[in-house]
Amino acid sequence: MLIIKYRKVFFALTGILLLLSLASVAFFGLTLGTDFTGGVLAEVRYGADRPGVEELSQSLENAGFTGHIVRESENNAYIIRAGNVSSEVRSKLQDTTSLGNRFPATIERFTEIGPTVGIELRNKSLIALSLVLVCILLYIAFAFRKVSQPVSSWIYGMIALVTLLHDVIVPSGFFALLGYLFGAQVDTLFVTAILTIVGFSIHDTIVVFDRTRENLRINQETRRKEDFEITAGRSLNQTFVRSVNTSVTVLISLGALFFFGPESTQDFALTLIVGIIAGTYSSIALATPLLVAYERWKVKRI
Amino acid sequence: MWKYRLSALLTLVLGCLLGWYIYNSEVTGSRPFRLGLDLSGGTQLVYKADVSAIPGGDVNESMNALRDTIERRVNIFGVAEPLVQTEKGGTLAGESQQRLIVELPGVTDTERAIAMIGQTPTLEFRMLKEGASVPAEGQSVPDMNALFEPAAVTGKNVERAELQFGQGGGLANEPVVVLHFDSEGKQIFADLTRENVGKIFGIFLDGVPISTPVIREVIPDGTAVISGNFTPDSARELVRNLNYGALPVPIELLTTETVGGTLGAEAVEDGIMAGLWGVGAVILFMLLWYRLPGLIASLALAIYILTSLALFKLIPVTLTAAGIAAFILSIGMAVDANILIFERMKEELKAGKGTQDAIRDGFARAWLSIRDSNISSMITAIILFWFGTSLVKGFALVFGLGVLISMLTAISVSRTFLLALGFAAEKGFARFLFGSGVK
Repeated sequence: MLIIKYRKVFFALTGILLLLSLASVAFFGLTLGTDFTGGVLAEVRYGADRPGVEELSQSLENAGFTGHIVRESENNAYIIRAGNVSSEVRSKLQDTTSLGNRFPATIERFTEIGPTVGIELRNKSLIALSLVLVCILLYIAFAFRKVSQPVSSWIYGMIALVTLLHDVIVPSGFFALLGYLFGAQVDTLFVTAILTIVGFSIHDTIVVFDRTRENLRINQETRRKEDFEITAGRSLNQTFVRSVNTSVTVLISLGALFFFGPESTQDFALTLIVGIIAGTYSSIALATPLLVAYERWKVKRI
Repeated sequence: MWKYRLSALLTLVLGCLLGWYIYNSEVTGSRPFRLGLDLSGGTQLVYKADVSAIPGGDVNESMNALRDTIERRVNIFGVAEPLVQTEKGGTLAGESQQRLIVELPGVTDTERAIAMIGQTPTLEFRMLKEGASVPAEGQSVPDMNALFEPAAVTGKNVERAELQFGQGGGLANEPVVVLHFDSEGKQIFADLTRENVGKIFGIFLDGVPISTPVIREVIPDGTAVISGNFTPDSARELVRNLNYGALPVPIELLTTETVGGTLGAEAVEDGIMAGLWGVGAVILFMLLWYRLPGLIASLALAIYILTSLALFKLIPVTLTAAGIAAFILSIGMAVDANILIFERMKEELKAGKGTQDAIRDGFARAWLSIRDSNISSMITAIILFWFGTSLVKGFALVFGLGVLISMLTAISVSRTFLLALGFAAEKGFARFLFGSGVK
């Protein structure tokens, strides 16, 4: 199997990808959205004519919407984000965005989240993320409890966890870039996307590992002597088409969601697309090669 | 063989029935899909109730009173199918909070919605003007100021209300409601009753008369007995309203979310569009790659979609934009089990097995992988559901249901159909149909 043979090339490639993603997060930063910081999120739609960003921004500033960000959107609309406002300021939104009736505006969507709710959601998200990681690690350790030769079951778990980290870091880096370019912000939907990616990508890794487990058992039963490297490579080969095809069908439906679906789930679909690609890549080019590398290292040490 | 053909036929009939049910219930409107506020348009308001002044044991009761009051208020404004519920939340932010969630479908003016609910419940006392007729209890009075004038005593003067039996001068065991005024209210009420014997005294909660008793005599001791046509339950409700209406639970707005009808309708349209394109493209891919088994997988996918849609109606599941996204995602994932099985089948065919054996073994061997990988998706769905805001819950529920249903349809439906075909695809065109990628 090519990927096993040239695993060092793939490790290097993965390393570069991870570094780029981390650099993107460090450099551009993940901007927390209204869900987590509290504040106002509004979508305002105009008729034929809409004011310039500068003009609208000035009007918002004057009305008391502090720290606002204006982002252009489809259908002649603007998406406005701002900090929490008093009810007085809130009631002026319609007038403010219409710029004194020069540009009649319709408020299509208005969300305001109180600061305490934001903190609550942030904590909940972190707990959910850790809980998913722990549950899945436990589950893998349980599923592979009977495998111990030549690599013990908890190593499978650790490697699965490493691929999971990869699958979380890559879309996060991508999202930071998306935030830098188009002002996308981390919200509950982003967290949902990450957790879905984790569930999906582990599913991919499990199938590959499962095949390795099965082949190891068959080898043992038929008393066939085979290098772990060969067995693992054969298993990867057997599951390769399935991994790619499953991802393709999921990517097809996510592509449909991204191109035709509602605007509110577009960032979500894009994050998932990147995450699914990263997840498939890691389960093929990272998981099994790591398993083999570990086994080689262990053999050499003895 | 005939056993499988019969089950296959039954499955097809069942699929058609499900399709007919979905179509029919949607067209006649007998059971339409339940759409969340982000799709149908409307406003959701979440309030924090300040229960710090209320003794622990009474918290639930006061929250119920608050809910009833808000519900009444919302009903007065003529909102169709409002949803008012209480929730305990906020433990993760460090403090436990009593919350009130109000959903107002069709109300897209945030300010109006807030104003509708904004004030705390108020208890008022008014005197009926000379010659005016007594309005019905429990219904809002449009020209209240024409009928009533404010009384000197106000809701703030009520210390508490209590339920008693048979002391109102009427029949024994008749339930009556006794109001106890505070010391200031006692004086005012004594003066008021002295001057207005024989007149009608109105008790209002949020502007709605809940009781309109006649003042029979001077009441110097600061208690007023309301006797009327009470059942024990209605008297108890009045006592609760008076106690907690008189000491209103202050509420503070935490979050608001308003989505306009246009935006919601567009989201539904886009969602359907994305769904159709997604299904079409997935089916095309499966047909091109797997040929005949691909067709079977597409049939299983169709059954999956029909079963899910019917369940969304029957449970019912409130569909949001995130829920639709989950459903479209699940369409891509639903064929995963089929892909696993078909790849296994191909291996068995390559190993030289007959078609029927390859099908049976393919299914049997793929089962463990299918089970394991679906469990990991279920873990995610369950945790998302637990963690979720309503948005995320909508996603998690549809996603979790999708994983479960698709596992059943992908395995049982496609197995039945494949075996029902009864192919002995050993060579020629039949082999071509079956053995994509097998030489």
